[in-house]
Amino acid sequence: MAPAMAEPFLRIEGVTKAFGPVVAVDNVTLEVGKGQIFALLGGSGCGKTTLLRMLAGFEEPTAGRIFLDGRDMAGVPPWERPVHMMFQSYAIFPHMTVEANIAYGLKHERSMTKATRAARVAEMLDLVQLTPLAKRKPHQISGGQRQRVALARALARQPKLLLLDEPLAALDKKLREQTQFELMSIQERTGVTFIVVTHDQEEAMTLSDRIAVMDKGQVRQIGSPTEIYEFPQSRFVAGFIGSVNSFDAVVLGRTDSHLRLSVPTLGEVLARDIPGAVPGQAVTLAIRPEKIHLSKDRPEAANAFSGTVRDLAYFGKDSLYRINLPNALVQAHAVNARRGDEGARVADWDDAVWLSFDPASAIVLVD
Amino acid sequence: MTPDPATKGGFRRWFDLQGWAQLVIGLPYVWLILFFLLPFLIVVAMSVATNTPTAPPFSFGGEHPLVNLGAYERVVTDGLYLRAFLTSISNALVAAVLCLLIGYPMALGLTRVSKGWRTILLMLVILPFWTSFLLRVYAWMGLMGKNSWFNGLLTEAWNLLVPLDWALKSIPMMQTNFAVVLVMVYTYLPFMILPLYASLERLDPTLDEAAMDLGSRPSQVFRDVTLPQSIPGIIAGGMLVFIPAAGELVIPTLVGNASQPMIGKIIQDEFAQARDWPMASAVAVALLVLMVVPTMIYSHYQAKAEGSK
Repeated sequence: MAPAMAEPFLRIEGVTKAFGPVVAVDNVTLEVGKGQIFALLGGSGCGKTTLLRMLAGFEEPTAGRIFLDGRDMAGVPPWERPVHMMFQSYAIFPHMTVEANIAYGLKHERSMTKATRAARVAEMLDLVQLTPLAKRKPHQISGGQRQRVALARALARQPKLLLLDEPLAALDKKLREQTQFELMSIQERTGVTFIVVTHDQEEAMTLSDRIAVMDKGQVRQIGSPTEIYEFPQSRFVAGFIGSVNSFDAVVLGRTDSHLRLSVPTLGEVLARDIPGAVPGQAVTLAIRPEKIHLSKDRPEAANAFSGTVRDLAYFGKDSLYRINLPNALVQAHAVNARRGDEGARVADWDDAVWLSFDPASAIVLVD
Repeated sequence: MTPDPATKGGFRRWFDLQGWAQLVIGLPYVWLILFFLLPFLIVVAMSVATNTPTAPPFSFGGEHPLVNLGAYERVVTDGLYLRAFLTSISNALVAAVLCLLIGYPMALGLTRVSKGWRTILLMLVILPFWTSFLLRVYAWMGLMGKNSWFNGLLTEAWNLLVPLDWALKSIPMMQTNFAVVLVMVYTYLPFMILPLYASLERLDPTLDEAAMDLGSRPSQVFRDVTLPQSIPGIIAGGMLVFIPAAGELVIPTLVGNASQPMIGKIIQDEFAQARDWPMASAVAVALLVLMVVPTMIYSHYQAKAEGSK
C-alpha cells in the first residue's frame, strides 16, 4: 500500500521576493496537488509572474522555501529543475525548425537513444497536432501553432511541473476558447501539474481546478473557481472576479438562517450569514448582477426594491440593465431566453421594474 | 468654382505624388554612378591600356591592340603580386579573426550592462575615431619601438616565462607582420564591435531563459542560442574588418615589413614609383574582384534566407 498523501506535490512556504525596496511577492504560502491545474490570478504587478519565475529558478526567493515533490528547490539552477515553462512570448528558437525546437530539451537526456528521442518528438508533435509542420521554421507558422510548439517543447522532457505564463493572452478570442479546452485535455492526458499565470479571470475559471487570487504580492484567497466566485472572502476578490454590486452596510442582527443588514442606500436586506458578524459591525454587501431578478410586478421575495431602467445593453444571449433606485444604481444581468424583438427583454428604457435577490446570493464581506 | 484637381499644377502634382520619392531614391544612385562606377570604369579602362612614357603614362592602340591584357597576365604569373595578395589576405584574415575574438565578448557585454553604462561604453568604443588615425599609428610605433616601456614590459614578461637561452634584450616588433596585424586589430576593432552589438542587442533575452529552462547551462545557451543567431553580425563585422584591412596601405607602410608588401603598397608603388598605371589599375581591379565576389555570393545566400522568411 502506498502511504497516505502527507506531502502536497508543490509547497510554497512563506515565500517573499524583494527587488530592493519593492516587495514583489509578500509571504506567500500555498500548496498544489499533483496533476492539478492551478491558476495564479491577479492584475499586472501583483507578483504572479515573479512567483512563477521563482518556481522556474530564474529568481531566488528573498525568504521562504519552495518544495517540489518533497525536494527543497533552494539554490537549484533553472537547468537542473524538473520544471519547464511556456513563456508568454513563447520564446521559440527562431533559427530552429519546429521539430528541433521540441527536441531541444531532450538532448540533455543522456540516457535517451537517438531513436527514443525521435519517437518522443514524434509523440509530442502528434499531441499538439503539428506533425505536418515539423520541418517548418517558426516564422512560417501561425501564432496559434507557435503556442503549441512552445507547449510541446515544454512537455517533451516530462516535467514534474509545467509553468504557463499567460498562455492564451496572445491568441484571438475564438482561438483562445478552443485552445483552453485543448490545454485541459493535454493536461489530462499527460498528468503533468500545470501552474497557470493569468490576469484573465475567465481563463482562470475555465482552465483551473484551483485558483489563487493575488494582489500586491499577497495571496488574497485560494479555492476552486466556484468557491472564489460564489464565496469571495474580500471586497478585492469579489470585485476582481466578475462584476459585483457592492453597498456599505451595517449588521442589525440574525434571523434563523440569515443576517439582517441595514443598507443606507437600499433599506433592510437579508443576506447570507457569516460567522463572526456582530450587530453594529460595518460590512459590505455584494450582489452579482446575474443574481438579481427583474420583474414588472412586485415579487414575493425577502429582498425586493423598485426602480426604473436607466440603461440597457443588449448582448444577444443576455442583457445588462442599469437600474436607478432612489439612492443607488444597480447592475442586473438577465438572460434573453425568449426569442423575438418585444418579448426578449424584461423591461425597456425608463420602465418601472422590481428587482429582487435571494438572501443566499447576497454576500457579506468583512475584509 | 473649384479647379479640377486632376488638371491643377501638373508638375507640382507629379512631384507630390511620386517625384519627391524618385528624387530621394535617385540621389544616392547619382552619387554612386558619378563617384564610384565612373571612376571604376576609368580604372578598368586603364588596366587594359598600354604603359607609355607619355603624360598620362598610358595609351590605347598604336602598335598594341586596343585591349592589352598584359598587366593582368603579370598579376597572375608574377610571384610578386601573388605573394602580396597572399600577405594581404592572411594579415586581413588574422586581423578579422582576432577582432572577432576580442570584439564578441565586448559586444555581448555591451548588451548585458545597464542602459547608463551602455551609453558610456559605446562612447568609449567610438572615442578613438576622434583622434587622428595617423597619430594613433604613430603612438603604436612608439610603443612597439625597442626602447619603449611597453616593449620593455613585454620583454621582461617573456624572459620570465622562457628558459634563459631564449632571453631577449627587446622584442623585435616593428617592421613585422605581427605589428601590421596588431595595429589593424586596434584600428578596426570598432567596426567589428558595432555590427556585432547591433545584432546581439536585437536578440530576445527570454530565448536564453527558455534554453536554460529546458536544461542548458549558460555555456550551452551561448552555443545553441546566442551564437547561431548572431551569425549575420559576425559576417557583417568580419567583412567590415577584412575588406579595408586587405587593401590597407598606411599601416603596413608605417609598421610593416618592406620585403613582404601588402597589396595596397604594391598599387601605390606602381602608380607613384614605377608610373605603370595600367599595372596598378589591373592590381586594383583584381583586388576588387577578390573582395566583391565573396561578398556577392554571401548576399545572394542572405537574400535567399531572407526570402524564405
